[in-house]
Amino acid sequence: MSDLLVIAERRGNEIHSSTFELLGKARELSIKRPLTVSVVVLFSGGADRIILAVDRSFSRFNFEPYTKTLASIVREFAPEIILAPATTSGRTYMPGLAALLKTGLTADCTGLDIEEETGNLLQTRPAIGGNIMATIKTPNHRPQMATVRPKTFSALKEAYESKSELVNFEVTPDLTQTEAKLIEFHPIGAGQKGVQDAEVIIAGGMGLRKVENMEPIFRLSKMINGTVGASRKIVDSKWIGHEAQVGLSGHTVKPKIYIAAGISGAVQHIAGMQTAEFIVAINRDRNAAIFNFADIGLVGDAVEILNELAKSLESEVKR
Amino acid sequence: MKILVLLKQVPDTDEVKLNPETGTMIREGVGTVINPLDLHALETALRIKETGDHSVTVVSMGPPAAEEAVREAIAMGADRAVLLTDRKFAGADTWATSMALARFAEKEGPFDLILAGEKATDGETGQVGPETGAMLGIPVATYVSRIAELDESGITIEREVEDGKEIWKLPLPSLVSVTKDVNEPRLPTLNGKKLARNASVERIGNDFLELDPSEIGLKGSPTRVVRIGTPKLSRKVEMYEGSSIRDGIDEIKKRLAPYLEVNHE
Repeated sequence: MSDLLVIAERRGNEIHSSTFELLGKARELSIKRPLTVSVVVLFSGGADRIILAVDRSFSRFNFEPYTKTLASIVREFAPEIILAPATTSGRTYMPGLAALLKTGLTADCTGLDIEEETGNLLQTRPAIGGNIMATIKTPNHRPQMATVRPKTFSALKEAYESKSELVNFEVTPDLTQTEAKLIEFHPIGAGQKGVQDAEVIIAGGMGLRKVENMEPIFRLSKMINGTVGASRKIVDSKWIGHEAQVGLSGHTVKPKIYIAAGISGAVQHIAGMQTAEFIVAINRDRNAAIFNFADIGLVGDAVEILNELAKSLESEVKR
Repeated sequence: MKILVLLKQVPDTDEVKLNPETGTMIREGVGTVINPLDLHALETALRIKETGDHSVTVVSMGPPAAEEAVREAIAMGADRAVLLTDRKFAGADTWATSMALARFAEKEGPFDLILAGEKATDGETGQVGPETGAMLGIPVATYVSRIAELDESGITIEREVEDGKEIWKLPLPSLVSVTKDVNEPRLPTLNGKKLARNASVERIGNDFLELDPSEIGLKGSPTRVVRIGTPKLSRKVEMYEGSSIRDGIDEIKKRLAPYLEVNHE
């Protein structure tokens, strides 16, 4: 039989949607002519083994197929440790999996280490609003499970030199049975970069005084192709949607530049942005906690300073 | 329809103070309230109740002192409030907590719909909802921002995820955990408060749940907290104020200039 090969496009560490578009067309073509559709993923490695499970029910995260299939894979391979990202799906299937496997799970770890003599995973996470760091272990149960917020650790930089074994996991129908059905999916419009992936974030807080004063933040962020962030208080006041919220009850971010404008620096907020490469704090109160966590601090009215900055950058563009 | 709402009582966060020497929370004298995010789950249940012949049960696990927080749910309009309380439950992590909640749901059910908040404001794990659902073997939807439809055939919900919005139809029973976008919780009414004062919160221990001692409390908890530390976060800040503000603005400008759209051409 002849083969149709789709070469997967990678964007960063993800398989780009264009790949699935090509697969759609490939399937269509294979009706006219019996073609075996293959997809090639050129993967830079980092794993000693790649376990592949394929089923149509995995197209988007669905609780029962994911947890049951993962539980079955875990039973077969008996790992000591399971790590998954603390995304909306990871934070849902990992608890489900822990429940089925009767083992411990630690959410949102910011540090991971191994206790050499016991093999216990030392899982460190912020607790009580980020005021303390708790280290947690799962001494008598295996596997040990942890979720980690995206942008917490640095990505694998160089290709890891090892042969990767490819294992096909056979997904049996009982694993994917569910009555839950996805009816529609509305993707976020292009161009709206999520705050987690932003390189530059300009975040506003209550120090802006009123919602109209968000304007310079939006203007600046547009000029530099940045993303608008927010403290919990202005999200609660509905100045901006929850998707912009930075902090423990919002997103953890790791941008190159983080500008905190009129944000006092509650511990919950700090916990969400402290790993930014460069932090600028603008606040009227010289004693605001945010200055303890910033690389440069400007004492003054955030609205005035942002307007000045925008004006100054505009003249730069015109030049 | 029988609806169950999972509630947690949490310290009133506005009152939380830290011991400056140990960095731990001072719990003495701090009041407890229903986890604010769970109020959205309760509100969801109460709005369903208003549409027909439905009953709302709330259940929480905690020390006897948690009774006041659970009672508040009656003041808001819940029909029945249950507190799972037993010395043997003490020290439970999310697994052991979910085990007790799931067993309660089995024994007193079947419930058609189980609702939970996104996470608790103290532990912030968000694990108990999905763990309970998995133990009961029912579908789970998390991060639900809207309930679109509910009838005997199932529940239609919207969930907000990183790359967009999904609309799902789940069969009943299912467990749904909601975000704060789903509704604005009501305040207890005066009448409700009166009612709550006289209402009894049922206390249920392990004599009723009959869970194996290895599955409850600290003994049934796979995880252990082994160390508490204070986060180290500080940076060395360069301050600009008064007449040097201009220099500060220039410094930011220098950092942002490479990102200006025009410079990418």
